[in-house]
Amino acid sequence: MATRAIAIEDAKTGDITEAVYEHPFVVRLCHWMNAISLFVMVGSGLQIFRAFPSFGAKIPQKDLLNWPKAFALGGWLGGALQWHLTFMWIYIATGLVYIGYQIFSGNYKQVLFVRRDLPGIWPMVRHYFFFGSKPPVREAYNPLQKHAYTSVIGLGVLSVLTGLAIWKPVQFSWLAWMLGGFHLARVWHFLIMWAMLAFVFGHLVMVVLHGWNNFVSMFTGWKKDPEYPSE
Amino acid sequence: MKPRTDSRKFKTISRRELLKLTPVLALGAFAIPQLQKPLLKGGLAFSDWASARLFRSGHLAPTFADTDLTPFEKFPINDYDVDDPGVDFDKWTLTATGSVQKPGDYTLAQIQALPKVTQNTRHVCVEGWDVIGNFGGVRLSDFLKTIGADPTARFVTVECADDYYESLDMATAMHPQSLLCYEMYGQPLTREHGAPLRLSIPSKIGYKQAKYLTDLKVSHVLGKVGYWEDQGYSEFYGL
Repeated sequence: MATRAIAIEDAKTGDITEAVYEHPFVVRLCHWMNAISLFVMVGSGLQIFRAFPSFGAKIPQKDLLNWPKAFALGGWLGGALQWHLTFMWIYIATGLVYIGYQIFSGNYKQVLFVRRDLPGIWPMVRHYFFFGSKPPVREAYNPLQKHAYTSVIGLGVLSVLTGLAIWKPVQFSWLAWMLGGFHLARVWHFLIMWAMLAFVFGHLVMVVLHGWNNFVSMFTGWKKDPEYPSE
Repeated sequence: MKPRTDSRKFKTISRRELLKLTPVLALGAFAIPQLQKPLLKGGLAFSDWASARLFRSGHLAPTFADTDLTPFEKFPINDYDVDDPGVDFDKWTLTATGSVQKPGDYTLAQIQALPKVTQNTRHVCVEGWDVIGNFGGVRLSDFLKTIGADPTARFVTVECADDYYESLDMATAMHPQSLLCYEMYGQPLTREHGAPLRLSIPSKIGYKQAKYLTDLKVSHVLGKVGYWEDQGYSEFYGL
């Protein structure tokens, strides 16, 4: 896919720097709306979980995780539900706008993991975790990155579906049934949150490792000195 | 050939792209103490509005086999005040008021004369736990017909012997699985479970299942919503 590229001439020295327009406006907007709403959903979700930190029976109650209040949002169950039930709409709307934009603009090709990316997975894993040499970079995202981004979008969809099954186990009884019933839907919802947090952790580590130009590109769209050929 | 620009122009382009993200700052309104409460109240109200749209009168809550039942002794007893408010069963009546043709005091025998319904349904607590219970009683809709409730009324409000109070939208009150419940697991309600009469509404969250009922009012406008709702919980909370 052709990416918009530009050559920047320094006004004083005349040096040329290349830049590519990597992240379209809608993607950047959705990224930051999602970053905030995901933070609120996780914080308030953990406070909701504190009301019954178990996946077993109420009697006798076996607590699984008495999450510290300092890492929870909303103060009490009712307050956390207000945050959760308000931000879920922002979270869902952001997801729909993002997925809709990616499909209709064709920009999904930048990020969607396809079969062609499969052989590139192992070399990237070797590079990241086992000191292997860095495979040549041809696109904005390497195969492992595409896999991570595609997976986390899938997790986002699942977080909404499992959430709907918990919120409306009667109106969406078919959904709760597909997930193994209300009780299991709550377990999935919780596990999906941890999977997403694992992604966020890895994501933040990579952002730090990739430096300033990469970080700025999620604000301005433009990435200076891209690692990959710009045209 | 790539288009060329100079570093000053590129800065302007970058700044313009950055400024396009200002709508994200709107979420910062939630961090302003004076705005946070009304915003969250609005969000919850929107959720309740959407919940009412999602409610379908003809859609039944899942029912379960007897083998799926939570044992009676493991069915939690939840209340906001006391397990047993000390109802005098000999003098007990349900007082019907509001937009009804036949207001007055109804005895348990009068209520039990209506067709009996027994069902195994899931009880979901707002805290996150759930149990499957066996509930016997009469359809709330049958009782509302008996007292000549105004079909255009919008709410049914109940008051309880322990001063708890709750409300239901009319569509939920008229749902065929919404019960005035006087039996659990084939036995008359125990005092802890709300004797002599409680609500069992499988399409609503647990705190709507008010116990020890004493008064039932049919109305077009809602005064008090419910004990927990008035603390900040969802007003509709349909499942």
